[in-house]
Amino acid sequence: MYCVHCGRPPGEGEHTRCQGARGAIDPPRFCPECARRMVVQVTPSGWSARCSRHGDRSSFNTASATD
Amino acid sequence: MTAAAERTGADRTEADRTPADVLAVAREQVLERGAGLDEPRVLEILRLPDERMPELLELAHEVRMRWCGPEVEVEGIVSLKTGGCPEDCHFCSQSGQFPSPVRSAWLDIPGLVKAARETAATGASEFCIVAAVRGPDKRLMSQVRDGIKAIREDGNDIQIACSLGMLTQEQVDELVGMGVHRYNHNLETARSHFPSVVTTHTWEERWETLRMVHEAGMEVCCGGIIGMGETVEQRAEFAVQLAELDPHEVPMNFLIPQPGTPYEDFELVEGPDALRTVAAFRLAMPRTMLRFAGGRELTLGDLGAEKGMLGGINAIIVGNYLTNLGRPAQQDLDMLTELNMPIKALSDTL
Repeated sequence: MYCVHCGRPPGEGEHTRCQGARGAIDPPRFCPECARRMVVQVTPSGWSARCSRHGDRSSFNTASATD
Repeated sequence: MTAAAERTGADRTEADRTPADVLAVAREQVLERGAGLDEPRVLEILRLPDERMPELLELAHEVRMRWCGPEVEVEGIVSLKTGGCPEDCHFCSQSGQFPSPVRSAWLDIPGLVKAARETAATGASEFCIVAAVRGPDKRLMSQVRDGIKAIREDGNDIQIACSLGMLTQEQVDELVGMGVHRYNHNLETARSHFPSVVTTHTWEERWETLRMVHEAGMEVCCGGIIGMGETVEQRAEFAVQLAELDPHEVPMNFLIPQPGTPYEDFELVEGPDALRTVAAFRLAMPRTMLRFAGGRELTLGDLGAEKGMLGGINAIIVGNYLTNLGRPAQQDLDMLTELNMPIKALSDTL
């Protein structure tokens, strides 16, 4: 699994920016399964993201943007 | 805390104030006469010590209530075209010139209609369609036209604003023809600081678009971002330059340092500085709509947002922003209810 905010494994490098208040205002940018950059659309009440390999995910089917 | 620091505005007497006291001047000039402060006075406001903050915020709130009234305009925004922008605005994660994780995306018409519907459901009277571009091309103008048509066909009569970068006169006229009633184009920062924030176009080019928008009869929405390395003097300069423009609305953003941009390691604006800046802008522009926009969640948090609403702000973006998430719209609507601030109804704006 990879960090959805910086694309690195959770145990690798610094993740301070990815967590807490800053992480909470960022939608996922990287696919948690392969770390590819996703195409992300933010809308007034949510977000959706597409990985070219692993398909779509959104705020409506993902528990947290920061996991 | 010193004894002086514990004193509030109510404790102060006229004898405490010298004739030149900036808050006394503001009370007479701005509150009583509705005339904004000039640059030296705005700078004095920005330099007020923390112990005078309660007095400052109270005055800014009085000015807002006197010249704008108790209503709060609620707006939602959406990015129609995200990322891949050729400009180099150093704060922006959507610039194609920086290694930001934001990838290009286009919102389709059904998605735009849905976003407008979600915004209207919050009670908002304003929906702003935004694109990360230098200026719109034919494809984008066509998408905006089709999108507005589809929003209306959906039975949604929310007021529509656009933010599509720099415009030609022909494009200004086209937007007026589409029924766009307000146009957002931020000057972003003081004229003297702009060249260190953006190098691919000038402050004057932005001003020219704003001039055309104003002359075409659209409402002008123009603000900027606080916390981009500007000095306090440049914040005062910016406030007065905006006052000179006399926009209908000034959105106030606080820098969110975006990964991959030149400003990614900038510090957040301190909460008290943000509130001082809000109040200073209110005292420079007593009749202008001042809107809380991006960055307030990090800079001010929940408590600071309330203080801002009681310190000069009279409009708010609810829900998410363009590339960042906001707090849930209902949380802001609950805050307004608790503050006894009515939401400006769409019927009031038509």
